[in-house]
Amino acid sequence: MANSLLNDPDILRELIMDHYQYPHNHKLVDDDSYASVHMASDSCIDDITVQSKIRNGVIEDIRFDGVACTISTASTSMMTDLLKGKKVEEANEIIGNYFNMIDAKEYDPDLLEEAVAMKNVYKQANRIKCATIGWKAIREMIDESEKDA
Amino acid sequence: MFDVKKIREDFPIFSNQPDLIYFDNGATTLKPKCVIDAVSDFYCTHTSNVHRGDYAIAAQNDRLYDGTRKIFAKLINCEPDEIAFVHNVTAALNQIAYGLADEVNEGDVILLSKAEHASNLLPWFRLAKQKNAKIEYVETDAQANISVDSFRRAMHGKVKVVSLAQVTNVLGSVQPIAEIAEIAHSYGAYVVVDGAQSVPHMKVDVKELGCDFLGFSAHKMCGPDGVGILYGKRELLKDMAPVFMGGDMNARFSSDTNVLLKDAPVRFESGTPNIEGVIGAGAAAEYLMSIGLDEIHAYEKELRAYFLEKLSQLDNLEIYNPDNEYGPLAFNAKAVFAQDAAGYLASKDIAVRSGNHCAKILHEIIGTDQTIRASLYFYNTKEEIDRFVQAASEISLESAIGIFF
Repeated sequence: MANSLLNDPDILRELIMDHYQYPHNHKLVDDDSYASVHMASDSCIDDITVQSKIRNGVIEDIRFDGVACTISTASTSMMTDLLKGKKVEEANEIIGNYFNMIDAKEYDPDLLEEAVAMKNVYKQANRIKCATIGWKAIREMIDESEKDA
Repeated sequence: MFDVKKIREDFPIFSNQPDLIYFDNGATTLKPKCVIDAVSDFYCTHTSNVHRGDYAIAAQNDRLYDGTRKIFAKLINCEPDEIAFVHNVTAALNQIAYGLADEVNEGDVILLSKAEHASNLLPWFRLAKQKNAKIEYVETDAQANISVDSFRRAMHGKVKVVSLAQVTNVLGSVQPIAEIAEIAHSYGAYVVVDGAQSVPHMKVDVKELGCDFLGFSAHKMCGPDGVGILYGKRELLKDMAPVFMGGDMNARFSSDTNVLLKDAPVRFESGTPNIEGVIGAGAAAEYLMSIGLDEIHAYEKELRAYFLEKLSQLDNLEIYNPDNEYGPLAFNAKAVFAQDAAGYLASKDIAVRSGNHCAKILHEIIGTDQTIRASLYFYNTKEEIDRFVQAASEISLESAIGIFF
């Protein structure tokens, strides 16, 4: 059931609109226990900050804020939903699948849930960076947390 | 009689991209066959370096390369030796800022506007920092126009350099450079003009403007990339220090590090220049003059008025520069991020630019740091505008996301 819905272009479009207009986890916190990455992509004006709290190999919280296009905002919002509460290994698998999807390689849609809405972004090469801006930020913070561990 | 249909036949891209509507002329322009041929001739018949060879094709090459100075001198009404070829308008403005460094001292002021492109801000920011000088901005109206009165108020004895675009790159504000130059000169300040968005579109006469320096780029006037034109009054270029030291620009040097530079303009052209680009730029300038800069200007104004009239009827758009009678239209679709809207237009084969267009402090004037810029040139048509307006009327959050499905 869930999968068939996520094949319907109208539903996927609605999902992007919804995450853009009402992004989830869209407020930064002033808390030293969070890592923070500022992402400003090089050729457009997307400018977002992603925060995460990663402890004992678990992503306890992810938040973001900033000015960005629909694809950047929605893909980052979806990412926060998907990775929050996940163990780092699980998160890495999801992230790997997401980047495969964006690169038009094989991926497991079941792992990506709503984020499959971004499956056609690879057709607009100039928007790939929009669809990956928040995902790169969390990947960076996971890498950092693993270095510290 | 301005025959746009015939003009379009000069541009091979229109037959190769029959559905393309190219409204991104502020970024770069399309190339006519005569420019492509001039560049290709260099590769096919007279490839050689300049000012270095003693053989026939090298001599032909020298003649074409140096002859291009005459073409540009005619275009902007100066002497051929007042034209130096650099790599783009950015390089021209950096050279001017570098060359004027000795004229700017601690506490002096460089006067700019907030509507300038990064290339007419950052070279001056750096100079100001190095010299402990100050940057000040001339006040503009809401559509980035500078009035003579406003300029007069901004001008004072500490101002050593005034550097302004003749036509601004986002809003197309046409600044009264001749009056500005006269006022600035009465205080002994140098006047630098960024002509990137003016020289391709209108008759620009440096004597009428009275400016000391002017920079512009060939690629924005149907020419090749990688060629900038730096005009400077002969008496100023004569002693100006070049940014780059190297081949061709020196007359002789010795092991005791004494260097004698060649005279301007060659002293600003160190290393092998973009020879085919310069020759192609000359072909572009001749092409524009054969159509007539006044004719081009009049046609673009007519097009822009038609465009504005149609576009301003759309409820889903906000236009930022309706009162400017010239240059690009800058707008947003309500509640749609500029890049998303540009993506929708792209799905209809329409090329525009979205974002801040390198004018990253313009938001202090217009209150938004992202717009869609639709910029026209003389090969655009009312039919294209009609198609554009139809597509623009369809822009919504839903349609902009719809392109991904």
